[in-house]
Amino acid sequence: MTVLAPSRPSGRLLPGRLPQRFLPVIATFAVFVITFGVGSFRYEGFFSGQVVANLFVDNAFLIVLAVGMTFVILTGGIDLSVGAVAALSTMIAAATLEAGWPPWLAVLTVLASGSTLGLLMGLVIHYFGVQPFIVTLAGMFLARGLCFLISVESVSIQDPVFRDLATSTISLPGDIVVTWSVVIALLTVAVAVYVLHLTRFGRTVYAVGGSESSARLMGLATSRAKVGVYMVSGFCSALGGLLFSLYMLSGYGLHAVGMELDVIAAVVIGGTVLAGGFGYVAGSVAGVLVLGTVQTLISFEGTLSSWWTKIVIGVLLLAFIMLQRLIVRQPSAAR
Amino acid sequence: MKRAQILWPLAALAGLLVLNIIVTPSFLSLRIQDGHLFGSTIDILRNGAPTMLIAVGMTLVIATRGIDLSVGAVAAIAGAIACTWIADGGNAVTAMIMALGVCVLLGLWNGFLVSVLGIQPIIATLVLMTAGRGVAMLLTEGQIITINDSLYSKIGAGFVVLPVAILISLAVLGGVALLTRRTALGMLIESVGVNPEASRLAGVRSRTIIWTVYVFAALCAGVAGLMISSNVNAADANSAGLWIEMDAILAVVIGGTSLAGGRYSLAGTLVGALVIQTLTTTVYTIGVPTNVTLVFKAVVVIAVCLLQSPRTAGFVRERRRRKQPSVSVPRPQKVGVR
Repeated sequence: MTVLAPSRPSGRLLPGRLPQRFLPVIATFAVFVITFGVGSFRYEGFFSGQVVANLFVDNAFLIVLAVGMTFVILTGGIDLSVGAVAALSTMIAAATLEAGWPPWLAVLTVLASGSTLGLLMGLVIHYFGVQPFIVTLAGMFLARGLCFLISVESVSIQDPVFRDLATSTISLPGDIVVTWSVVIALLTVAVAVYVLHLTRFGRTVYAVGGSESSARLMGLATSRAKVGVYMVSGFCSALGGLLFSLYMLSGYGLHAVGMELDVIAAVVIGGTVLAGGFGYVAGSVAGVLVLGTVQTLISFEGTLSSWWTKIVIGVLLLAFIMLQRLIVRQPSAAR
Repeated sequence: MKRAQILWPLAALAGLLVLNIIVTPSFLSLRIQDGHLFGSTIDILRNGAPTMLIAVGMTLVIATRGIDLSVGAVAAIAGAIACTWIADGGNAVTAMIMALGVCVLLGLWNGFLVSVLGIQPIIATLVLMTAGRGVAMLLTEGQIITINDSLYSKIGAGFVVLPVAILISLAVLGGVALLTRRTALGMLIESVGVNPEASRLAGVRSRTIIWTVYVFAALCAGVAGLMISSNVNAADANSAGLWIEMDAILAVVIGGTSLAGGRYSLAGTLVGALVIQTLTTTVYTIGVPTNVTLVFKAVVVIAVCLLQSPRTAGFVRERRRRKQPSVSVPRPQKVGVR
């Protein structure tokens, strides 16, 4: 988060100073601290640097996906294809590596195919005026179907470079160990923050989300921003998929099923408004951390079944949209 | 306008049927056994009944510029309630009434979030979509509950010449068509979809109408959930009605109802649901791996949406105008209340 963040162009936010704008993000961080505090209070060994580090290790791919989704939602769109594109990426990576491609080429292919798919969806959305919901839903079906076209079975990754990257760790002070995925995820976040707040493209993204017609009348390159965000999301999904393939060391068409909903939930919990124009990448990261903490809590509890995770996420989602209603006045029917 | 809208989905349906007849010549044959009709087309109708029913509810929700993502979860909850009640020795009729009662409550909840609190429909229903499946798992304690009740299995697998499931779906479709098109209700729903605030100022009870359509959608989802669980005599909280909300939304969109709200076509939804189900069945009969169906679904959806898009029509008109300048009449991009 940076002080240079552009103020909201449409003025939908109640007039206020910095704290008011950042309130949703601060609230998300507060919830994260509280849930983590509850965990530390109840379970021995919960309050440790490694548990925090593991939140990042286990959710690195989710962070990357949430970054891409934040771009799309900031323009008022939505991308339902992220989970499927991530699965497709694990599949392409596994299949190309199995065919003996060098790892760098496999990685490039994955990133290029994800970005292309995103670009195509963006073009259809912008130039044919079809709803983002429907286009990305079709994209989701397409990507999942393509996975099974490559192979119906799960393909394991045997490539030594990938295996090294997946298993090698970085030691931080205090006996904390993280993987390279975490580094990649945090780099992605840093780049996203830079792009959103310090480049022309980022400002246009916020402007389009505030009011597309005003942005166009101001002479901003709205088409480029609207198509671009889907390409960014496609790229992030592909990158997230690569991280996921490192995590699972396999490619499979049923990887990351329903992950798009987790990602959307994380972004919304992070304080980004679905109508567009308002939100921060830092918030989305906090949202992912909250989801991760809930999962960790439930696994520490042991007796609670995994479906409680879903219920808790639903309740959190509800609490945060209520909070948004209180802070941000949004037009009721905007979608 | 309307005829042109429904033309492409009908063409897609016809194309699929022709493809089926070429691959399996006996595709259209029907035979009567024990007073029931059997055949591939009947199978399509029977398997497509839950999607069609949910799509009818979804059509009205989308007409008010909303969307309901929770229908799949609601369907799972309905099945879970009915099956646990029957498994505990309860009566099938009570079980169904209880399940549908809970669905009405869930619909009230969705409607409350959307119409009273003014939360965007997509996110308001996402709450129940995420939490609902957890609740269904909680009800069945994570197990697949199998039951054996002759009355209950009639809804999904029974026959009265035609499968009972499709008769229910068609009856609901017909009822809704009569109710909304023969009275002013349909026009009121469309006006809310075009502009809720203006409708309210004009004396339309926007809030009540929006609330009602969510309750109706949840009720449809509940009945569909009963069909799904009764068809297999079991409640599977994890996979019952999984992705059915997506199929239903696709059916509605293929049928020419715009997600921007303000107009809807129930006939289109009927055709759309048939296209989706026929596509699935076709892919099975051709022998493509089941999961690859998704690719075909994506292609058909994109094709139909592009063909219906006003922008595409604009491109085509531009071409034609250049050839014969006198024919084309400019049409408004967005159709409001008819």
